[in-house]
Amino acid sequence: MNAFIIISLIKALVVAFVLLTAVAYLQWVERKVIAHIQVRMGPYRVGPHGLLQPLADVIKLITEEDLVPPYVNKPLYLFAPFLAVCMALLSIAVIPFGPTINVAGYSTWMQLTDLNIGVLYILAASSMGVYGIALAGWASNNKYALLGGLRSSAQMISYELPMALAIASPLLLSNTLSLRELVGKQAGGILHWNLLPQIVAFFIFLIAAFAETNRVPFDLPEAENELVAGFHVEYSSMKFASFFMAEYLNMVTVSAMGTLLFLGGWDAPWSPQYGANLIPSIIFAISGLTALYHAGHPARKMDKYTFPAFGILFLIVAGVFLLPIVQSWLLPLFWFCAKTGAILFAFIWVRGTLPRFRYDQLMAFAWKFLFPVAMLNLLVTSFLVAWFS
Amino acid sequence: MDVILFLVFAIIAVVSAVNVVVQTHPISSAISLIGVMGSLAVLYLLLGAEFIAAAQVIVYAGAVMVLFIFVILLLNAGAETKGGRSFMVQLLGVPLLIALLGLLAFFVQRFFPRGTMVHFGGFTGGTAQAVGRALFTTYLLPFEVTSLLILIAILGAVVLARKEID
Repeated sequence: MNAFIIISLIKALVVAFVLLTAVAYLQWVERKVIAHIQVRMGPYRVGPHGLLQPLADVIKLITEEDLVPPYVNKPLYLFAPFLAVCMALLSIAVIPFGPTINVAGYSTWMQLTDLNIGVLYILAASSMGVYGIALAGWASNNKYALLGGLRSSAQMISYELPMALAIASPLLLSNTLSLRELVGKQAGGILHWNLLPQIVAFFIFLIAAFAETNRVPFDLPEAENELVAGFHVEYSSMKFASFFMAEYLNMVTVSAMGTLLFLGGWDAPWSPQYGANLIPSIIFAISGLTALYHAGHPARKMDKYTFPAFGILFLIVAGVFLLPIVQSWLLPLFWFCAKTGAILFAFIWVRGTLPRFRYDQLMAFAWKFLFPVAMLNLLVTSFLVAWFS
Repeated sequence: MDVILFLVFAIIAVVSAVNVVVQTHPISSAISLIGVMGSLAVLYLLLGAEFIAAAQVIVYAGAVMVLFIFVILLLNAGAETKGGRSFMVQLLGVPLLIALLGLLAFFVQRFFPRGTMVHFGGFTGGTAQAVGRALFTTYLLPFEVTSLLILIAILGAVVLARKEID
């Protein structure tokens, strides 16, 4: 019992630390990727290639003056960012990152807890998240903030429907609501994943996910050129950062959900007998060798110090992936992170590519196109499942 | 442990429910109502009805109350002023309340004489599978009738909205 509590505490601390660091660096990745899409450099000054930029941002946000405007509804104004972050953090508790891991004789799942209603739990947490934004908009006592809050609540109610329907179709195939069992049912390579039979549901899920997390092209609640900054216009310092964190946490959660529901979770795309276990080593080895090649042809002054260091680091990582002791949990973790990262990259890619929708287009798209298609997909899926079972 | 959790969330539910009526601002009332629904979900969970608990949060706390808040934001409703109580209310309010509580206590005593204590983990029929099976076998007719009712309500809403536009 005591061991269970200690292990759970350690897991919770590790997951929280890794998640919050990942969220901070996700923002760095986003700025870099968008910069490269727009042929710019992106953050470059703080640390090598701007790698310490997230740290600088955090220090800036913490030390900023925490301004509470006199005309706001104070209790709700203070409560809203707290609620947004809490609801965003809650859902990570049921997301599994991999199979069991053995540490000093104890065997434990790479997951905080497994619920047999895991999928519903995440839906519930995400549907509560809208209150943070709606209440922030109202409590700010500002017309732009109110409009942002209004838009966000309308948008989230509308897109929750196609999202829930899109989630229901792969659940019909897997016949479980537990995220861990869901991955177990999809084991055995890309042909067993829910991706191919549920490709329509996957895209509906992705589109609805963009809307649920208020991302471009559905970022109407914070449309700068219409609403100044939308629902968080009156917020500063860490309260503003809370909304930012909540948005990125929701992005991570929704990407992990997509991975678990459609992409087979931590399952390798094809079987190890055709070399799937070598893929991470090959990727890291290629990166390491490329870095070493550039170390031999330095283009800038610091290159002959940084590139060898990174090259050797990548080669060591490639070697670690070949060790049989760690392979049993490191490989699943790699595949899970790779798939989640791919969806996160799609989020950033779309932000760098697409313009914003108009508000009536957004609503018409949800109700007149996405919802009927999701409904039809669910119907066809259930008929086929009934037919073949 | 489950008794403590029950007491905590039962108290939260009752206090929030009273708060819904006491608050003058619609937003505060709505938030108290969310509190009621959230703590009800926890109570369902303590009884072992996990699917109902999740549905409670998703449907009531997550969708219905968001619509409530949305409408309050849309109308930008302000705080209401408390009207003075009428003579009848002042005279009969407390006696009527006591009479109602007494009647309730009497009926509970009369019809559920010796209830066995509900304990955590005693009921295991609350999984999604069990609820689904019950809905589509034992309670198929009520389930279908309810869905028909909802369909009629949707059609009614569409007709009413159309009338406004024309």
